[in-house]
Amino acid sequence: MDLSVIVIAVVMTALVFDFTNGFHDTANAMATSIATGALRPKVAVTIAGVLNLVGAFLSVEVAKTISSGLVDDTQVTPAVIFGGLIGAILWNMLTWLFGLPSSSSHALFGGLIGATWVAAGADAIKFGAVVTKILLPAVVSPILAGLIALAATYLAYRITARGEDGTVKKGFKYGQIVSASMVALAHGTNDAQKTMGIITLTLITAGALPTGSGPPFWVVLSAGLAIALGTYLGGWRIIQTLGKRVSEIQTPQGFAAETASAAVILASSHGGFALSTTQVATGSIFGAGAGRRLASVQWGVAGQMALAWLLTLPAAAIVGALAAWVASSGTFGTIVVAVVAIALIAGIYLASKRTPVTADNVNDVPAPPATPLPVNA
Amino acid sequence: MNINWGALLVVAFVSFGSAVGVVVLVSLALLGLSARANGTAVGDTGVAGGGSRLGMSSTAGTLVAGLCLLGAVAIAGYGLYIIIN
Repeated sequence: MDLSVIVIAVVMTALVFDFTNGFHDTANAMATSIATGALRPKVAVTIAGVLNLVGAFLSVEVAKTISSGLVDDTQVTPAVIFGGLIGAILWNMLTWLFGLPSSSSHALFGGLIGATWVAAGADAIKFGAVVTKILLPAVVSPILAGLIALAATYLAYRITARGEDGTVKKGFKYGQIVSASMVALAHGTNDAQKTMGIITLTLITAGALPTGSGPPFWVVLSAGLAIALGTYLGGWRIIQTLGKRVSEIQTPQGFAAETASAAVILASSHGGFALSTTQVATGSIFGAGAGRRLASVQWGVAGQMALAWLLTLPAAAIVGALAAWVASSGTFGTIVVAVVAIALIAGIYLASKRTPVTADNVNDVPAPPATPLPVNA
Repeated sequence: MNINWGALLVVAFVSFGSAVGVVVLVSLALLGLSARANGTAVGDTGVAGGGSRLGMSSTAGTLVAGLCLLGAVAIAGYGLYIIIN
């Protein structure tokens, strides 16, 4: 196969993944703002989309981490990366169908690792880097975000207990809009870079860029636009899960959760840790729920999410490995993988039409059992 | 395997300090604005004691709110600054 053809195919597939990453992760920034009514759904996703695009231009630290750290660049081919991306896209689509906020980052890394393993052997994977740069932050970050959100929520209610009710509600509502916007910006800063990293890795393996290169401008721009468009279209199913099924979120909790998420994501991004914004945002929302009252958190939903989180890396790795194995056979194999992937994505999309979740019905979920509030809210 | 625990700890402390700091500052600002709102309401109705429930006058509440919001904006702005640079 002409190398330029497969490189173009991989770049296009990477941008499709970036798009799915956007609509899969819209909830991270905007679920609580939509749930509390601080922002109308369409306004929320528009703001998130624009800020994701802006965020994509703020830093390339994470992109450098991905392109030079996880796998041995010299043993990975564009066909392998193509297989990895297919695994990640399919897992993103499947979890979106079930409204589960699983990690797009883990899907990407899982797909890439599985594909690399099949094509080049286990030696091509830098397991130490996988643990230190990916898995460790992924375990620590949601717990950290949850604890921060819990403390912040508790303090917010405690401090404003004697405040004037209308002023406090209005103030936290505006605060929530600002903090949610910060998360959207942070998401663009962090997640758009993952696609930039993958495209850069592809260009390096194809010999179009020297080893250790950062992403060129056109890569930054196209990745930013893809994630922004996906974010704008809004993954309403996951927004509904995070905004309405975890806990009955109020504006102080939304503000605390979004502030905690923004702080963890921005600090980690600056440090070059490629963490999962989904897990951070989910941890924050659970922490904020627990900060008001433990009983208000739907821990059963947490169990479903935890299961999806555990399965993400191996499931994407298996699909990625299978796709890479077929694609590595040549042009025909690549076409087969692409056709099967498109058919599966179409099937998932059609299945979602049976129970559509849109901007109009995203908040139409029965509230969890009411619990008395400890302070005015 | 070389885990950079130092960098992780820095991320944890910076995240905790900045997020909790911003939320506390905004909460205090809202408390100050509440005193201001109470003071305004008192002015409208002519009833004495506006803002005293919060232990601060309307002017003090406005001052506290302004300072706290300034602090919160400074933390958020610095966070953005270090990301860009």
